[in-house]
Amino acid sequence: MSTISTQINPRSDVFQANESSMLGEVTKLRQLTAAVAQGGGAKARERHESRGKLFVRDRIDHLIDEGSPFLEFSALAAHHVYDSDVPAAGVVTGIGRVSGVECVIVANDATVKGGTYFPLTVKKHLRAQEIARKHRLPCIYLVDSGGAFLPRQDEVFPDRDHFGRIFYNQATMSAEGIPQIAVVMGSCTAGGAYVPAMADESIIVKEQGTIFLGGPPLVKAATGESISAEDLGGADVHAKISGVADHYAENDAHALQLARACVSRLNWQKRGKLAMQAPKPPKLDPTELYGIVGTDLKKPYDVREVIGRIVDSSDFDEFKRYYGDTLVTGFAHIHGHPVGIVANNGVLFSESAVKGAHFIELCAQRKIPLVFLQNITGFMVGSKYEHEGIAKHGAKLVTAVACAKVPKYTVLIGGSFGAGNYGMCGRAYDPNLLFMWPNARISVMGGEQAAGVLSQVKREQHEREGREWGKEEEEAFKQPTRDQYEHQGHPYYASARLWDDGVIDPLQTRDVLGLSLAAAMNAEVEETRFGVFRM
Amino acid sequence: MTLDENRPEIHKFDTLLVANRGEIACRVMRTARRMGLKTVAIYSDADASARHVREADEAVRLGPAAARESYLNIEAVIDAAKRTGTGAIHPGYGFLSENGGFVKALEQAGITFVGPPASAIAAMGDKSAAKARMANAGVPLVPGYHGDDQDDALLRAESDKIGYPVMLKASAGGGGKGMRVVESGEGFKAALDGCRRESKAAFGDDRMLIEKYLVQPRHVEVQVFCDRHGNGVYLFERDCSVQRRHQKVIEEAPAPGMTAELRSAMGDAAVRAAQEIGYVGAGTVEFLLDADGSFYFMEMNTRLQVEHPVTEMITGQDLVEWQLRVAMGEKLPCTQDELTITGHSFEARIYAEDPDQDFLPATGLLTRFALDLEGAGLSADQVRLDSGVESGDVVSMHYDPMLAKLIVHGADRDAALATLNRALAALDVQGVVTNRAFLQRLANHPGFKNVELDTRFIERNEAALFAPRSYSTEAYASAALIGLNQLAQECESDSPWDRHDGFRLNAPHTIRIALSDPGFSQGPAQASDNDEAVVIVEGKRESGESLWNLTIGDKTLTASLQPLTGDAVAVTLNGHRRRLQARRDGHIVVMAEPSGETRLFWRRIDAIDHGHHETESTLTAPMNGTVVALLVASGAAVEKGMPLMVMEAMKMEHTMTAPADGSVDAFHFQAGDTVSQGDVLLDFAPSE
Repeated sequence: MSTISTQINPRSDVFQANESSMLGEVTKLRQLTAAVAQGGGAKARERHESRGKLFVRDRIDHLIDEGSPFLEFSALAAHHVYDSDVPAAGVVTGIGRVSGVECVIVANDATVKGGTYFPLTVKKHLRAQEIARKHRLPCIYLVDSGGAFLPRQDEVFPDRDHFGRIFYNQATMSAEGIPQIAVVMGSCTAGGAYVPAMADESIIVKEQGTIFLGGPPLVKAATGESISAEDLGGADVHAKISGVADHYAENDAHALQLARACVSRLNWQKRGKLAMQAPKPPKLDPTELYGIVGTDLKKPYDVREVIGRIVDSSDFDEFKRYYGDTLVTGFAHIHGHPVGIVANNGVLFSESAVKGAHFIELCAQRKIPLVFLQNITGFMVGSKYEHEGIAKHGAKLVTAVACAKVPKYTVLIGGSFGAGNYGMCGRAYDPNLLFMWPNARISVMGGEQAAGVLSQVKREQHEREGREWGKEEEEAFKQPTRDQYEHQGHPYYASARLWDDGVIDPLQTRDVLGLSLAAAMNAEVEETRFGVFRM
Repeated sequence: MTLDENRPEIHKFDTLLVANRGEIACRVMRTARRMGLKTVAIYSDADASARHVREADEAVRLGPAAARESYLNIEAVIDAAKRTGTGAIHPGYGFLSENGGFVKALEQAGITFVGPPASAIAAMGDKSAAKARMANAGVPLVPGYHGDDQDDALLRAESDKIGYPVMLKASAGGGGKGMRVVESGEGFKAALDGCRRESKAAFGDDRMLIEKYLVQPRHVEVQVFCDRHGNGVYLFERDCSVQRRHQKVIEEAPAPGMTAELRSAMGDAAVRAAQEIGYVGAGTVEFLLDADGSFYFMEMNTRLQVEHPVTEMITGQDLVEWQLRVAMGEKLPCTQDELTITGHSFEARIYAEDPDQDFLPATGLLTRFALDLEGAGLSADQVRLDSGVESGDVVSMHYDPMLAKLIVHGADRDAALATLNRALAALDVQGVVTNRAFLQRLANHPGFKNVELDTRFIERNEAALFAPRSYSTEAYASAALIGLNQLAQECESDSPWDRHDGFRLNAPHTIRIALSDPGFSQGPAQASDNDEAVVIVEGKRESGESLWNLTIGDKTLTASLQPLTGDAVAVTLNGHRRRLQARRDGHIVVMAEPSGETRLFWRRIDAIDHGHHETESTLTAPMNGTVVALLVASGAAVEKGMPLMVMEAMKMEHTMTAPADGSVDAFHFQAGDTVSQGDVLLDFAPSE
């Protein structure tokens, strides 16, 4: 293995400026994350607590192994999307280790709109299930939800990837042997009733959990029967009469203990096999990432400086180092797991695209997981490149990325624009997980380029009509486009809409990837069959 | 009676079997090897890989762990001797060392017993009879009752007559077992029952004697030696006044403040006592020395004493060599005139027991047991470690918890004491709690330095000798930091999921640690956050940071830890950097600074206890052991403090008392049942 050597001078002005701007972004991210962790606000929390219920994140702390990591997904979901705040879209999801087994946890936050499902709540719940299926991780649902958010029923109920898909996933994952465990810690009304009912094993909390297809008001309206929620579908009903729940818990803590016991009985075996090494921290100082990368996407840096601060021992064996050098490819280890790394180091040319396709084929053949570090403005344009067939070479890379069945992880460490996003395993290419750094931007093209394209069209229109179009007018025309792209390309905007699985502190990248790779080892790595490569 | 009638024939021997275990077996074999003898060890199943077995030329298994079936099994020991062609058996101390039946059996088998004849053991073994003979020989005695009539009422009446406080002792006993002080007539019956049970278990005999309990006496004992040729000498005295519940803790020789006259008066009396009973070999005559210089015979130990090394240090003699030579029929190596005292010596007994938990014996894997003489600037002629264990040994529940003896020598008492303090600090024990910190406090105590000695020294100075119950914020912060750094680094496997650093995305890693005095917490499950004795420290650290933010009550500190060489670390709190020695022993952090030692129990509390703990309504076994007796009926109403159940462990009795007024709903074990540490012994319902 060759060790990456650094050219960075941490005392330089550029480094210092980069570091302070990135630290500013990370600080904002930490503050926002802390605010989101408070859920639905003081009043709702007080009410929740007074009922003897644990807060959703405390429930997770109690559920997972003591002091073990929790890899939360999309904490910024629904951030500034709806008219009112729906922190974390009212559901906390992530991977946590329970009784020694990595599980996907989906936990409603009843302090947020009673835990009801907004469109993004559904999307987040389904995404967590998708991650579980892809990594072959048991699912634990901590249910405390009033069901669909009725005012938006048209965005929640009818379509393929709406509420019903949750139960479809439960049934089909169970069929694949992926355990489904539900803990009823509050309401499970109407469709929600199917979460415990569809589960392999379910737990219900005494005088707190309720399960029914129709709640007391609906029953009263439909049949005239007057009945309390507890008598209609409380723990005693379901653990003793109906059999909808399997285990009877005294309180939240007890229920979570029972859930841990459920997992301990799964006879769980990991199926993934990798030639592991003993994990070693990077030799280069990861805290220098801020100063290297900064927040100005226009400032170039050598992506190897980033790789060297993420991989074990800063060891990186490069593949085709001197060919197509705007794409860096090579082998390394992260927390002991062998990985193939594909990282942008400039605009993509035909050679870089072909090199990337070759490297991905290697990794797929050897069943080595892939890590994509995206910082891409796109493929090179111009007649020279079109004529040499950059479209078909780019297509080879996209084909390779799309078809590779090894675990794929994508981190947007800078720009993610245009077809570059596709070639570097963007969301559409089904990476197992996709994260963004707070300095990253994502859009079909850069704001400046989009404004340029649009103003070019406008200028031609003006010229056809023989009208003058002054510099100032053009600037005024361009600015809204720039603003729109900056706004919509921002990581918070992206993360709020679940275009990614979360915005992460660059310093946590190594741990996030290590945790993800370790979780991926629950599933067997499939054989890859590539499509037709246009030659 | 002439001496010769009691003597077995003298056999020369070239193989020595040591009928013992632990440090004394190792120590005896060391001399035997030097004298060119083949050494044979015996062992129980619990000791199959013990140090004394490893060091012997040959070793023979006796039987299961229980002493009755192994080290006390006379038949098995003799069988082992025959199998190995053993000519002589050294009994060490304890076990069969003062068992007349054993000595007789050896005589029949034609094996030399390294020790006195059976008749001498019998004469001293029965304490009541011994006193009568001593009185005849003109040896002064403490008033008491030594009669054969063991009727409860009579014993009570005799006690009343002698006047309280009195001491109850097993007639057949020794070593602190079956021994209790009774302060008043009220507690007499309970003490008598307890003593009898212990005595029965330890010696198979429950006869008791009663003595006047002197209020400020010193325990001074004289080492005597007799050969088969009628010679007897004394090797001066030892002061063993520092005792805890009649167990010696630190011994020294010579006794401070002795005059030449008193020394020879006591020495002569001791030799007289030995010769009165036809003694052969090493013996110790114990006296109580009163403040006015008068001394009373207590008892004679017809064996080599635990504390014999202090005598060896000041006389330059090897008492085991003397024993073996006498057993071979030789004359004593020295006459009285040839024996002199050089300098001063201390012995500190290292026990696997927790001084802060009422000296509860400790068991487990001794991950490290080492004495770093060089690091402490000490030399081998100043310090001797007689040890029965080494790093990697297991301390079991089956036998006496003494691990080793630390013996030092100096030109005078002050020099020896300074050496003792340095040697204690240089002892590195990990994995099992020991009384080391207690020994250090004792050896550092001004009263000890100033020779304010009597057998109740420890009771009188309890406040200073036991660990303080609270420490400075800095001490808590330092201990927490050591715990935090361990948790942050801990990983059970290569998987990052096995880490315990509380990783959360975009949020500081948060770990909460509860610190408590080891004497207060029974373990992780028992203490709660509301416990006043528990200090909670919350540590937060951002990814990539080495600096922790610690919150302790309303105080916050920034803290970082830098490992230095060995156990040394640098702790920086709010910019103030200090060096200290920090050792972790499981969940106990031991921090040593020149100013003293801090021991704190730590555990993380950010997650829940996943088990159900009902500390209020159950009583759990504090250690592995055997249930001896149930003292109340199931369902009985009891008052707080009333004894409910007695269990025995490490040869000591532990009484479970009612934690509050209430009733016992159920006992989960019966007398004779074996219990494991943490087993729920009984269900207790406190009354409303």
